[in-house]
Amino acid sequence: MSSRYSALSLARHALSDAPWPRAWGGAEPKPSYEVLVIGGGGHGLATAYYLAKNHGIKNVAVLERAYIGSGNVGRNTTLVRSNYVIDGNTQFFEHSLQLWEGLSHELNFNVMLSQRGQIVLAHGPAQHDVLARKGNIMRLNGIDAELLDRGDVMRILPYLDYSDEARFPIYGGLLQRRAGTVRHDAVAWGYARAATELGVDIIEGCEVTGFVMTEGKVTGVETTRGRILAGRTAIAVAGHSSHLAAMAGLRLPIESHLLQAFVSEPIKPFVDHVISFGAELFYISQSDKGGLVFGGHIDGFNTYTQRGQFPKVQTVAECAVALIPSISRIRLLRHWAGIQDMTPDGSPYIGRTPLRNLYIDGGWCYQGFKATPAAGWCLAHTIAHDEEHPLNRCYALDRFERGGELDDYGIGNWTYKQ
Amino acid sequence: MLRITCPFCGERDYTEFRYGGDATKPRPVHGTSSSQAWHDFVFLFDNPKGPHREYWQHVLGCRQWLVLDRNTATNTVGDSHVPREVAAK
Repeated sequence: MSSRYSALSLARHALSDAPWPRAWGGAEPKPSYEVLVIGGGGHGLATAYYLAKNHGIKNVAVLERAYIGSGNVGRNTTLVRSNYVIDGNTQFFEHSLQLWEGLSHELNFNVMLSQRGQIVLAHGPAQHDVLARKGNIMRLNGIDAELLDRGDVMRILPYLDYSDEARFPIYGGLLQRRAGTVRHDAVAWGYARAATELGVDIIEGCEVTGFVMTEGKVTGVETTRGRILAGRTAIAVAGHSSHLAAMAGLRLPIESHLLQAFVSEPIKPFVDHVISFGAELFYISQSDKGGLVFGGHIDGFNTYTQRGQFPKVQTVAECAVALIPSISRIRLLRHWAGIQDMTPDGSPYIGRTPLRNLYIDGGWCYQGFKATPAAGWCLAHTIAHDEEHPLNRCYALDRFERGGELDDYGIGNWTYKQ
Repeated sequence: MLRITCPFCGERDYTEFRYGGDATKPRPVHGTSSSQAWHDFVFLFDNPKGPHREYWQHVLGCRQWLVLDRNTATNTVGDSHVPREVAAK
């Protein structure tokens, strides 16, 4: 097991020949736990950490089918921000950004938060008005936002296409300076390390194959490594939420879709911010290694293949060149796809399920990574108290029955199908 | 590239089509007053990992709807059907 990292411990280790020990402890499954968290991704590990840290519940196991961080926590484009419009989303994602701001110290693990600022572009006066409204809502909630006109954007991002030929002329933008990027793998490792130090068992290579039910309550799970009983069980498996829920006899308001992401060959520092195109769903930033990291829209039909379709590659490349013509000759280095659980209103679920002692964190659509700390924080609270925290009360699984849609785009249900 | 066979036009790239969702959910009878029945029809999905029967519309072709069998774990495409023939069975 690891000791506390400090400048002194780094210096001391530099003098020895021994390799760094593994940062978190692997564990063999025990027959029973107070809480089981299914899914060793960012959300599951964060949940286990906050259960132990905030609520003193340390008899916890995280069950991971493959290895920790092998799912969407390592497949996203690493962006964090809190520029939302609807009450509920606004407060939740700001809480998440505040947790990000203290996370490296809290976990004693450098997650490399880089608050380089995110600029959402407007390509006409109407879109600029929408961004002004969004910025005002953010500022009323104490969140930083600055409205930019065309001249401001030209000064900050001089390499965009400002020519008369630009397909989507740049009219202005909205800047959130506290937004930025995080090293995503470090989030999984940091939470895993901090959780194991508090006594949590992390069990890799353990796939859940069914639920143990007693008198209508979930009392444990069947796994490829035997039956494990638990007082309370949480599902935090991103794209496979429906698959797990079906084992418990539940149907969810979720369809699983693919989102592709891309990294170019490394170049010298060029894109200093996170930029979101306003004419299509497209966003770009530059990693510390120099690669341009960007992504677009989902492929458009439900699938679990983790292999994207080529036409989306073309669309994303067209967006990139329309926005920044000078990168047209840069080659793609890697490209991959993650399974996203898309929900009718584009907002997630965190909370209780119709089954006693079963909790869910899922339906994250495009926004699971930036939510990681707050999702774990809220799910841990919900499990510990068997009741939602005010921050995640709006993310109930049954909100569509009550007209409680959280439609942040303001265009009605099924935004991703429109 | 996913290739879909339109029963009217033949095999084409999937980009000519638009996905229309699960084709196995029975629509509540017209006039059903239970909001729960409509909620379940509109919002809940089996979303299986494996065989899936689904609607597509050939929006950039003949604009007809079709029913397609596809495996969501592999994207292997099976048979296409004319929806009214599926409904008649």
